[in-house]
Amino acid sequence: MRNLTLRSVLLGLAAPVGALVFAALLCAGILAVTGHSPVDTVDAMSASAQRPRTLVNSLNTAVSYYLSAVAVAIGFRMKLFNIGVDGQYRMAALLAAALAGAAFMEGVPPVLRVTMTVLASMLVGAAWAGIAALLKVTRGVSEVISTIMLNAIATYLVSYLNNPARLAEVNPGSNDVKTPDITAGGQVPGFEVTGSSSKVYGLVFLAVLVGFLYWFVLSRTRFGFELKATGLSESAAVASGVSVKKMVVISMLLSGAVAGLVGIPELLGASHSYSLNFPAGVGFIGIAVALLGRNHPIGMAVAALLWGFLFNTANSLDTAGVPREIVDIMQGVIVLSVVVAYELVRRYRVRAEQHAVGHALGRTKTAEEVSA
Amino acid sequence: MTVGGLSVGLAKAPARRSRRIPPYVYLLIAVGALAVVSTVRVFTGATDLTSSGTVQAALTAAVPLAMAALGGVWTERAGVVNIGLEGMMVLGTFGAGYAGYQWGPWAGVVFGLILGLVAGLLHAVATVTFGVDHIVSGVAINLLAPGIALFLSKLYFADAPGGGQKQSPRLEDAAKVTLPGFSDLMGTIETKRWFFVSDLAGVLRGLTTQVSLLTLLAVVLIVATAWVLWRTPFGLRLRSCGESPSAAESLGVNVYKYKYLAVTASGAFAGLGGAFLAVSSGQFRDGQTAGRGFIGLAAMIFGNWRPGGLATGAGLFGYTDAMALRSADAVHALLLLLGIALIVVAAIQYRSGHYVLSGVAAAIGVLFGWWFFASDEVPPELVGAAPYVVTLLVLGLASQRLRPPKFVGEPYRRGQAV
Repeated sequence: MRNLTLRSVLLGLAAPVGALVFAALLCAGILAVTGHSPVDTVDAMSASAQRPRTLVNSLNTAVSYYLSAVAVAIGFRMKLFNIGVDGQYRMAALLAAALAGAAFMEGVPPVLRVTMTVLASMLVGAAWAGIAALLKVTRGVSEVISTIMLNAIATYLVSYLNNPARLAEVNPGSNDVKTPDITAGGQVPGFEVTGSSSKVYGLVFLAVLVGFLYWFVLSRTRFGFELKATGLSESAAVASGVSVKKMVVISMLLSGAVAGLVGIPELLGASHSYSLNFPAGVGFIGIAVALLGRNHPIGMAVAALLWGFLFNTANSLDTAGVPREIVDIMQGVIVLSVVVAYELVRRYRVRAEQHAVGHALGRTKTAEEVSA
Repeated sequence: MTVGGLSVGLAKAPARRSRRIPPYVYLLIAVGALAVVSTVRVFTGATDLTSSGTVQAALTAAVPLAMAALGGVWTERAGVVNIGLEGMMVLGTFGAGYAGYQWGPWAGVVFGLILGLVAGLLHAVATVTFGVDHIVSGVAINLLAPGIALFLSKLYFADAPGGGQKQSPRLEDAAKVTLPGFSDLMGTIETKRWFFVSDLAGVLRGLTTQVSLLTLLAVVLIVATAWVLWRTPFGLRLRSCGESPSAAESLGVNVYKYKYLAVTASGAFAGLGGAFLAVSSGQFRDGQTAGRGFIGLAAMIFGNWRPGGLATGAGLFGYTDAMALRSADAVHALLLLLGIALIVVAAIQYRSGHYVLSGVAAAIGVLFGWWFFASDEVPPELVGAAPYVVTLLVLGLASQRLRPPKFVGEPYRRGQAV
């Protein structure tokens, strides 16, 4: 383990904090140039942040963002880019919703019913990711390309299945199409918070559990070690007996299984059905959160909370006359500047290390010492 | 194919150098393909398969895809992966909407191009100067661009006459040209419904009737790209940056400069594609690109990172797109065509000794054939997935014939040892 000196902690924080400050300043500049008041914007956001409901919603949003980030991070740790989390979670949420809402599930005891729903979502997510894994290990197809394609195919499949003629029904009194409602026995009740009309998802613990397992498997098991080793140096991993193909398949399946969970807290805690309004694009947000949190279980949690907070306070902006997309721009700028900042810090570290080594060597081997 | 990342699963043995295929073989393949389509047309009665209207619509749909794919070729040939094409296209659609409704379609095209170029420059700064992972930077641009476009759209279009929060006022389309005389002649032959001849006439008529000047510009750009990248010293140097940047560097090529140029150009092409899309559909709308940047990427892969190939890929994907809008019969007939194409792939793979692949291809081909005979129509929701499915099939079943640039997606620092 690296030593935790003040210097290393400061260096580690420099990148994310610097990126946040940069993004905030840039967005303030954009607002000022386009004739909005940055101060009023912050004011509107902080006013909304003082409502308990906003905070509860932020936490709930962060739960799905966090799960998505963990799914992405599993791949990232072995240089496997699962861009397909987005398609995986939507397929999984739709099919799990259809299963949990099906009439025959009425007779199943609640605990078993919820467990079955969760397992089904994991299976679907893993299966969808498995296609990319299979193409990668048998045909060498880049998982980036195949998961981009699978995302698009998932979009069309979901719109095909989420249709009154197949798995869904028309929501009475609206144009919305959704899967049958999951009845009380299949739901996971949330926690009341005083002053807030929305509840904290009961499955917030699922995110905590997944985060813990992610940490435990990566840092306390042989599998985790091999996964990280493969990511650091594929050839070294092969030389030490790691079957990279097996690792690719297992980690892609794990990543897909976690991706399958992304929509579940929302599904079982609030919406109780998969509809046209189900959150979309969470898979890509997961990539941003994983990058910001550096694949670290705690770092990603902080990033997910920040992202959830920004997303929910953005709702207050439209009433303040500021397009809410300023938050999207801010998030995009944060991601781009944070990866640049991490790279700069990394280069600085390397240089500092070389400097230190050179310095140490220079002292033991000065010309006088050699000639003496 | 590597896009950075792990190299597991890649073929170990160097690919055999394929003989150069003479042009007449391509012509024969095209004639053969048209004959098959013609047979299917006669057999299924789906006249829209080769009608001039379909071909015209396909051409319009193909142009934005081809531009995105062209952007992909420029950047990947210089070794930088750009999945931010989608976002750059979004900026192009906005730019066309903004300048287009005020100063005419060509101003829109130029402005869309410039916005795409700026986004391309951003990608270049991140990936080349700062060495950020190409995929990461691309994802960030894809998150950023739609936000910017919608933000600006609410700012500039909400109060414009005929505009809205999420859409621009109407745009004027670019001028269209028709080959006089020839088009009418082909039209007469087309209505005769003769086997092959009428089909050929339909295709030719579609290609010569009411063709937008934008389409002609796209054709010029594809040809120009082929010439610049494969017939000039500049192109050779640019491609060498994607094959072996250290070797290029040792020969005095300024790798950073070429990468910058290529990535910026790719953004400009993607922006142009977006602008074409907005101008030809008459306005900017939020979410208008609908993944076309990714289909462009797919067309580039389908086309083996070459201009002629990507034009074919974009044409095919544009064709399915046009078909989906025009005729359920024709879409249904596409199933049979896909099945036949897969059987052909199976035969080719069998001849080259890849028996397992051949078996898989044949099985999937039979599956599509069975789907055709067992059903009356393809659910409309699924038709849009065709380009993506085809790309996955090509990658899975024929990828040994694909050869991406060797160093694409890898980070590169000046002076690094490989």
